[in-house]
Amino acid sequence: MANESTSAKLSRAAVSLPGIVIVFLLLAAGIYGALIKAPEEATMGLIQRIFYFHVSSAWSGLIAFILVFVGSVAYLRTRALKWDWFSVASAEVGVAFFTVVLVTGPIWAKPVWGIWWTWDARLTSSFLLWVLFVSYLILRTLVDEPERRAMVAAVFGIFAALDIPLVYFSIWWFRTQHPQPVVGDGGSLDPRMGRVLLLCWFATLGLMTLLIRVRYRLEALRAEVDALRMDAAASSSRAPQVTR
Amino acid sequence: MNLGRATAVILGKELRTEFRSRELLGTTLVFVLIVLVLFSFTFNPTASESRRFGPGLLWLAFLFAGSLMLQPSFLREQTNDTLAALRLAPIDPFSILAGKMAANFLFLLLVEMVLLPVFAVLYNLAIFPVLAPLILVLTLGTIGLATTGTVFSAVAAQARLRELLLPLLLLPVLAPVLIASTEATVGVLRYPSDLSVVWLTFLTCFDVIFLTTAWLVGEYLLEE
Repeated sequence: MANESTSAKLSRAAVSLPGIVIVFLLLAAGIYGALIKAPEEATMGLIQRIFYFHVSSAWSGLIAFILVFVGSVAYLRTRALKWDWFSVASAEVGVAFFTVVLVTGPIWAKPVWGIWWTWDARLTSSFLLWVLFVSYLILRTLVDEPERRAMVAAVFGIFAALDIPLVYFSIWWFRTQHPQPVVGDGGSLDPRMGRVLLLCWFATLGLMTLLIRVRYRLEALRAEVDALRMDAAASSSRAPQVTR
Repeated sequence: MNLGRATAVILGKELRTEFRSRELLGTTLVFVLIVLVLFSFTFNPTASESRRFGPGLLWLAFLFAGSLMLQPSFLREQTNDTLAALRLAPIDPFSILAGKMAANFLFLLLVEMVLLPVFAVLYNLAIFPVLAPLILVLTLGTIGLATTGTVFSAVAAQARLRELLLPLLLLPVLAPVLIASTEATVGVLRYPSDLSVVWLTFLTCFDVIFLTTAWLVGEYLLEE
């Protein structure tokens, strides 16, 4: 499994400096837009500014979870471990983004709604999505053999991703209290606010891409180290036992 | 051997294995009973509260029961590595999964049918006038539970801590089934009773989506 081509691919997958700079600039612009440039919301005031990164993290997190589905299907079709690395990288980044969503949400809700948490449709489905992919990550830690881990994780990843719309619709019909979407038809979002939101979304998307690449590289390196260890173990089993 | 016939053979084998010992059915039955009794301690519901909360408790109990009961489905095969023998058979690999799903569906439905009257007595609910729609909801919910549960049982069987892992994987994925089944059951038990078409359609969609997915990924899941 360990061969030169893996290392060669890795160097190409390495995170480039221009990428980091672009993402950094986008994030800086997003923060500037959200905190300073965007007009202050009439009733909620300052606290509303958390909305720009709250919403954009949710969108990017959702995209990361969809990427888990893509990676899982691609793994089952091709059996190339790189798709498994891609899936785990996306799942972890998605969980990280949804953690941001679940933390910033209550910070906003407490002064505006007067409560930290309510079992409203969006809150509940975000929480459930987070739990779903945390389960996915836990499942991965409990299977050691790489091919087997990739296979069971891919199967669960597909089920979890297909569950997203079902979770969303079931909870939606069940109850709703969240502020109705202000983006899209019927929305009343100030165009300046809309532009800042879009900028923040691009920034989080850039960050998502960057993090997935870094995490993918880490996973690839881990696989290479494991393979080298196995090679070493195989060759040392013929020689006297070597201490680690 | 075609898929249907192979599935029937596997189903027959599963049923024979279980009905020779009846250990799984007996244990699960008592487990759900215990859960129902414990619920009554924690909520101490009146009759009108029972109509509102009862279905949720019942479905939660079924879900917990399923996450424990579906465990042995693939674990049983590991003791003597009989899954390898099943895989050697010249049949569609999905028929192994389908046979086990059908068996688990029947086991769960049997447990539910036995517990339904007990539940009605304990929580003072009139179920007999609405038995037909109730069974329809139970059937649709249980198909979702058995389908997903059987696939995840095969997944969990390949991991460490599998007894803990199966509920962890199963319960969040089945949250939509819990919501839909509970809401549909609440509607049926309401006075006057009404069967929600929205939730029935939703349950049917869930069953179809996950049954199809199980069929598509089944062969990967069973290979060595």
